[in-house]
Amino acid sequence: MKRGVRFYGLMAEFDDPQKLLEAAKAARREGYRRMEAYTPFAIEEVSEELGHGRGWIPYIVFAGGLGGAVIGLGMQWYAMAIAYPLNIGGRPLWSWPAFMPITFELAVLGAALLGALGMLALNRLPQPYHPVFNVERFDLATQNRFFLCIEASDPYFDRKQTREFLMSTEPREVFDVEDR
Amino acid sequence: MSRTADNSNSRSEFNRYVLPFLIVGLVALALSFLGALFRPQQFFQSYLFAYVFWIGLVVGSLAVLMMQYLTGGAWGIILRRVLESVTATMPLMILLFVPLLFGLHRLYIWTHSEVVATDPLLQHKKGFLNVPFFIVRAAVYFGCWILFALLLNRWSREQDRTSEPHLAWRLEHLSGPGLFVLAITLSLAMIDWVMSVEPRWYSTIYAVIYTAGDVLAALAFGIGIVLLLARSAPLVYIMKPKHWRDLGNMLLTFVMLWAYCAFSQYLLIWSGNLREEITWYLPRESGGWGWIALALILVHFFLPFLLLLSRQVKERRYLLFTVIISVLVLRFVDIYWFVAPAFSPFHFTVSWLDFLVPIGMGGLWLAYFTRQLTKWPLLPLNDPYAEEALNAEE
Repeated sequence: MKRGVRFYGLMAEFDDPQKLLEAAKAARREGYRRMEAYTPFAIEEVSEELGHGRGWIPYIVFAGGLGGAVIGLGMQWYAMAIAYPLNIGGRPLWSWPAFMPITFELAVLGAALLGALGMLALNRLPQPYHPVFNVERFDLATQNRFFLCIEASDPYFDRKQTREFLMSTEPREVFDVEDR
Repeated sequence: MSRTADNSNSRSEFNRYVLPFLIVGLVALALSFLGALFRPQQFFQSYLFAYVFWIGLVVGSLAVLMMQYLTGGAWGIILRRVLESVTATMPLMILLFVPLLFGLHRLYIWTHSEVVATDPLLQHKKGFLNVPFFIVRAAVYFGCWILFALLLNRWSREQDRTSEPHLAWRLEHLSGPGLFVLAITLSLAMIDWVMSVEPRWYSTIYAVIYTAGDVLAALAFGIGIVLLLARSAPLVYIMKPKHWRDLGNMLLTFVMLWAYCAFSQYLLIWSGNLREEITWYLPRESGGWGWIALALILVHFFLPFLLLLSRQVKERRYLLFTVIISVLVLRFVDIYWFVAPAFSPFHFTVSWLDFLVPIGMGGLWLAYFTRQLTKWPLLPLNDPYAEEALNAEE
């Protein structure tokens, strides 16, 4: 192995999602945990097989909504009741019914923004470089091939045994993935 | 779909509830009519309140039934038979409307010619608010509703029998224009029957609040029955977590739509602050009614809203069922808060007839509904889209 090149993992290429699904299932049975699947379209079961949980996104979206609502309401309260109190038709300065539409809008804005940004952060995106790009055929992951990559950092990973295991799942081919 | 044919178990399980419902309904209604002899004014107020809830559930179900023919999807196929059975109770609802006609003079101030004579506004509205036209309009509403209920039920049964593809086309093309007619007739019915109790006041979104609430009630009731049916065949084989999530999300949508409409009316009237408009809210904000209003905001909106955001609640049946029961109870409370303060402004009051009449009407209605539900297979047999929709991935 050349200097400065780290071994990242082993990647198997499959023809169809069903084979990928079975390989992921088998890998999980073998005890592998640090692995990732790459497919041209979303396959819900794969993320289940890989043991991906529901994640933090729902809580982040909720927090964003709550934060947006508080900011929206607080902003109007500060502007209308503290900073620039105006008597509008004799209505109270704290006119909460009139504040509701803005509060709602900012709740939606906060939820959407924080949800999108949180999703990017959790996925560590944008990510212009990833070791799997070093595999030439990986381009096909956006077209018609399905890839399963077991990472070398997995405690059960053994270069020889893992390769043998992947070969047993009927892939088209198994590649070494290097981190250059 | 052979698996759908075998559902005689859950149907016969439901059959044994018909008689208890019928007995409870008849006893409670008999006691209510007895109450009418002693407290006729209270009886008709309670009767109006109860009727507005139950007819809302039935017409709301018509609306959901038409919506699901237009949108397609698994949720509609799962709910269809329950909703059809709800709409099949329309003849009973027409029968139950008749006693109201004997209370018009007690319920509607515009029937008092001496009051109308001294009130220019009521004189102005006399062309619309008079007893003969009121009855003619009610007949038109019921005519439309029973026609829709009849056609939707008949064509759906025919589809079971013949699997004629033309029937799906017919059902869809009835549903589009049907929804339009339904929106108009339900709005006018609510204006006639409830808003005209306070004939000097008006609000353009008033009937929309009822429509959103009625669809919410219909969905809650339909999903509740599906929850009960899903313990046995055929639904136990059909229902996946995804379907429960879809149904829960529908509920969430209409909880929000109801809150949106109800709040819009409040916001507009509060902002306008006009003397003739605030006469509706002031009597409903004080003397105990204010607490009901607060409860509506917290338990009719915030509680189901926050609970239904969670996947766990939508996927766990007892939690979803709890939410549904609370939504249905709060629909009663909401309608009570709309109707009762008109007769007892600034002063909260509730009578034993306010419990007895809805229970009597409900018992009778549930008996009729359950009987309808046990007559047919619980899933449509030959819907051309059913197989695809039920097995679709998300």
